[in-house]
Amino acid sequence: MVASFMSYLGSRVSPGVAGNQLWVLIYVLIIFAGVSVAVICMNWIERKALAHFQVRLGPMRVGPHGLLQPIADALKLMLKEDIIPAEADQFVFWVAPLIGLLASFTVYTVIPFGPSQAVSDMNIGILFMLGVSSLGVLGIVVAGWASNSHYPLIGALRSSAQMVSYEVAMGLAVVSAILMTSLNEKGTGTLSMIGIVQAQQQQGVWFIFKFFPLGLIAFAIFAIAMIAEVNRAPFDLAEAESELTAGFHTEYSGLRWSLFMLAEYAAMIAVSSIAVTLWLGGWMRPFPNLLHAPAWDFIFSLFPGLTFGGLAAIAFIGAARMPAHSFFRIQRIGLAVFAALLGFIALLLLVIAIAGRSSDTSLAARVNEGIDYVYWFVLKVAVFMYLFIWYRATWPRYRFDQLMKVGWKVLLPISLGVLIVTAIVGVIFS
Amino acid sequence: MNSGLNSAINAGMAPVATPWFFYALAGVAVVSGVLVITRRNAVHSALALIVTLLAVSGLYLMLYAPFVAGVQIIVYAGGIMVLFLFVIMLVNIERSSKERTFNRMWPAGLAAACALLALFVSAIAKGKALFPDRMMMLPESSNTQQIAAMLYGEAGKMGQYTFAFEIASLLLLVAILGAVIMTKKKI
Repeated sequence: MVASFMSYLGSRVSPGVAGNQLWVLIYVLIIFAGVSVAVICMNWIERKALAHFQVRLGPMRVGPHGLLQPIADALKLMLKEDIIPAEADQFVFWVAPLIGLLASFTVYTVIPFGPSQAVSDMNIGILFMLGVSSLGVLGIVVAGWASNSHYPLIGALRSSAQMVSYEVAMGLAVVSAILMTSLNEKGTGTLSMIGIVQAQQQQGVWFIFKFFPLGLIAFAIFAIAMIAEVNRAPFDLAEAESELTAGFHTEYSGLRWSLFMLAEYAAMIAVSSIAVTLWLGGWMRPFPNLLHAPAWDFIFSLFPGLTFGGLAAIAFIGAARMPAHSFFRIQRIGLAVFAALLGFIALLLLVIAIAGRSSDTSLAARVNEGIDYVYWFVLKVAVFMYLFIWYRATWPRYRFDQLMKVGWKVLLPISLGVLIVTAIVGVIFS
Repeated sequence: MNSGLNSAINAGMAPVATPWFFYALAGVAVVSGVLVITRRNAVHSALALIVTLLAVSGLYLMLYAPFVAGVQIIVYAGGIMVLFLFVIMLVNIERSSKERTFNRMWPAGLAAACALLALFVSAIAKGKALFPDRMMMLPESSNTQQIAAMLYGEAGKMGQYTFAFEIASLLLLVAILGAVIMTKKKI
């Protein structure tokens, strides 16, 4: 047991490839916890950012600046009565949220947070990801049908039509990125998520900038289609509240409803990770080939610590700017403690970065390397998550016929054209 | 990456795919396959069919064919079955479940079923002689690439199965055209 635990530490492959079940379990637990925490953070940030977009304050009462609001929400959802409509199909109603949850969490087995920081590295990585995330639509469709009610059914029908149509454009955009992986000396491409990032490293360019503007167009098509794929504004017709109450989850309440939310946000992170892996260099820091001197490595490895330091500074300023009234005293103390926690994490990260600088093989260096990879990956995904909120605040919802028109008559032809031109240009330049 | 993979295999670890997985997956496939035809509710049948398809894709994985397994999930479980459900929800199940469906076609269905049964029985009776005595194992780490080489051929040469593959794609194209023509009143 201990031997198999320690034996993995020396290897530089993902635990799934090394066949070490114990480490697979550890990675799965870490990712599950991480994604759940990310969903909680995202919940708070979305409410806060949306409120600020609309010149409101957003949650302010539960904890300083509403920081404890997601926890209060989760508690409320767990304690709420869980209603199953009398006319609903009991079993299917029960199983529908689980399908969505299962689909959006299974995807995380192949997401590469680093060259060895993934649960597994499959030969069919991207194919597996697209396939399993397309199973998520089943949860929505089945939920709408099992509710045995009109609004959910219409929402489910809309959602299935929408997802099936946008999957086509999305798939073609992905294929044009995969074509680019084959432009190395050996001339063989790869579907493995880790292999795709390594191909970008080898060719010394993120695929978004490859064959400018071909990579950029394919990326833009994917970025549009992925919003439709996870049913977010402006393509959230499946839950258009002005027409369909809450769409497919109108009849759901309590814990079951929160499972749908969890699945939706997990799916958002998952599709953003696909975009980051395919076009934005995955775990690579900016300019890894151009600025590859050890000094640059050191400077870039300071970024995680500095980020947390910045967050801590913002929290400290927030604590200092609290009104002097006695009502705010506990909030001020709470925020100061939170800031101190963030500052401690920042300090820890900086110490690891400095300790890892001295030698290449020490444990600190390995840990530092891992933190770097995960940091840059998460940072890129976080940008996408913010964009999701920004879109929601900015764009009005599409009408359903407009949505279909965009999917079939605009995105599909463009992505086909980009695919063909990418293939031609690739043959000419290889 | 490849060197790490080889060293991991050389370290003498046992494959994860034990017979237990086969029996579990086969059991799930058979049970849900039976459920497909015994459920009266069409949506339940469709859900059972999805489970069958997923179990079969797990069997493909056990046969070291990850590409086929992935395509099975994408095309069947993720694409076609969603359309199945879509259509089932559009038609009125309440009425259609009371109607006697395909009542004039049952002799044809029976004949087809009997023919298929005869095929299966003969295959089981002949047993091992029908199958090649050893399976071609594509290395798992380059499965997709090997399939591509077989279909399209390496560097200028025609692949082994290029013709069959193109014929199949032509057939699909004809089917797509047929579907478009059937839905359009005026072309």
